[in-house]
Amino acid sequence: MTDLQTTPAQPTASDATPLTGSPLVKRGLADMLKGGVIMDVVTAEQARIAEDAGAVAVMALERVPADIRAQGGVARMSDPDLIEGIQAAVSIPVMAKVRIGHFVEAQVLEHLKVDYIDESEVLSPADYVNHIDKQRFTVPFVCGATNLGEALRRIAEGAAMIRSKGEAGTGDVSEATKHIRTIRGQIAELQAVYKVSPDALYVKAKELAAPYDIVLEVARTGKLPVVLFTAGGVATPADAAMMMQLGADGVFVGSGIFKSGNPAARAQAIVKATAFYDDPARIAEASRGLGEAMVGINVGDLPAPHRLAERGW
Amino acid sequence: MNPSPAPRVGVLALQGGVAEHAAMLRELGAEPVLVRTPEHLAGLDAVVLPGGESSTLDRLLRLFGLRDPLRDAILGGLPTLGTCAGLILLSSGIEDPAPGQQTLEVLDVTVARNAFGSQVDSAEVTLPWGDDGAVVRTAFIRAPVVTRVGEGVEVLARHRGVVVAVASGSVIGISFHPELTGETTVHERLLQLAEARRSLPA
Repeated sequence: MTDLQTTPAQPTASDATPLTGSPLVKRGLADMLKGGVIMDVVTAEQARIAEDAGAVAVMALERVPADIRAQGGVARMSDPDLIEGIQAAVSIPVMAKVRIGHFVEAQVLEHLKVDYIDESEVLSPADYVNHIDKQRFTVPFVCGATNLGEALRRIAEGAAMIRSKGEAGTGDVSEATKHIRTIRGQIAELQAVYKVSPDALYVKAKELAAPYDIVLEVARTGKLPVVLFTAGGVATPADAAMMMQLGADGVFVGSGIFKSGNPAARAQAIVKATAFYDDPARIAEASRGLGEAMVGINVGDLPAPHRLAERGW
Repeated sequence: MNPSPAPRVGVLALQGGVAEHAAMLRELGAEPVLVRTPEHLAGLDAVVLPGGESSTLDRLLRLFGLRDPLRDAILGGLPTLGTCAGLILLSSGIEDPAPGQQTLEVLDVTVARNAFGSQVDSAEVTLPWGDDGAVVRTAFIRAPVVTRVGEGVEVLARHRGVVVAVASGSVIGISFHPELTGETTVHERLLQLAEARRSLPA
């Protein structure tokens, strides 16, 4: 772990010491994942299928969200043996999840040298007040968000990548659509405020419950300072392409692949549709003959206490 | 005489750090062109293969029929810069490929992927560049290194004694990401190659 506060901002040419864990290095890996698909896997064999299909990274976990949802109980960080088995099986980056606020699970995953940690609402929260102080870690974090304020709070805590939450484990993409539209819409609104009356951004920061400096940066640039992926309910090539057309930099697919009839074919089809998200002919081609999609659950049928997207504060 | 139009520089845009290269090229006065199909290669003065996941990029290049046209264009003398995964694509071989992973085989070097370790070993670094005491400020992100340098391939930079930047003819391959740190030295070199090629008699 490094303390970013004491890290020199402008190391000189004579500085022979490589600077690890800087915001640029953490955000840089997410930049290299853009346009790609990150797939949930629960075994080394699934990880190989994902890599072979063209995934840019895998998320190693014990149960996909659909099973966590079906089986209930407290969901926690995966067994290190499982994570290491998946790290040994593939050469693409391996991510793994920790419970919201569980900084010791994060210390363990950093020790295991996972490439990215997902502080995830899919697992049972360990702290209903605080998220992890992610600036204290060398390993980068991705966090979920349902709106811009939530995204900016996570970035202030050190998240180097944001994913819209969606409703994981359902195969219903409607919540993912809502969250990416909300985040993009709120960014556009900030931009408009900045052009007309920049002094109103102080109140915007108050309303968003996010630090003013980051609010100002977003208002100026018209985008988040980190990569924005989308997640939760993506189950088909067309789902993935829609998320890209709505402005996502890339897509997480959880239960949608390995809960479907032909995971290898579906994984590759989603990779193709994500790369050529604006080409209906290629999306059509990718959508053919994939067999059964995951059956799924309509989010409207889920009682409110079982909605994962509402975890996180 | 008409003023020379801005050089058109393709950026392979299948996956990865595309926007950062496009922004830097624009800043240097070039016109970036996103390359997603073989048709996009027409009329380019140079091309950049960005960072990303090399196994994903290889797969998409082949799935969408772009591998051979891109390879032909580079072998035909199109000035080319590959960064990180782009260097892996250019190489003639990978020591530790993903299953079935191929390369374009246009730069006679062998590479090793993720040679510095996992993401916690990724770092911002200042590298000596060339012979005149110049340096580049850059970042290695799960970076590859060059483990074998073929005949006629020039070594441009080393990090911890390991080769991380090479050039051969009109092809430049580097392990690192100048586009993330705003370091323009390497892109300027690519644009010089593009300019030299444009001034050749047709």
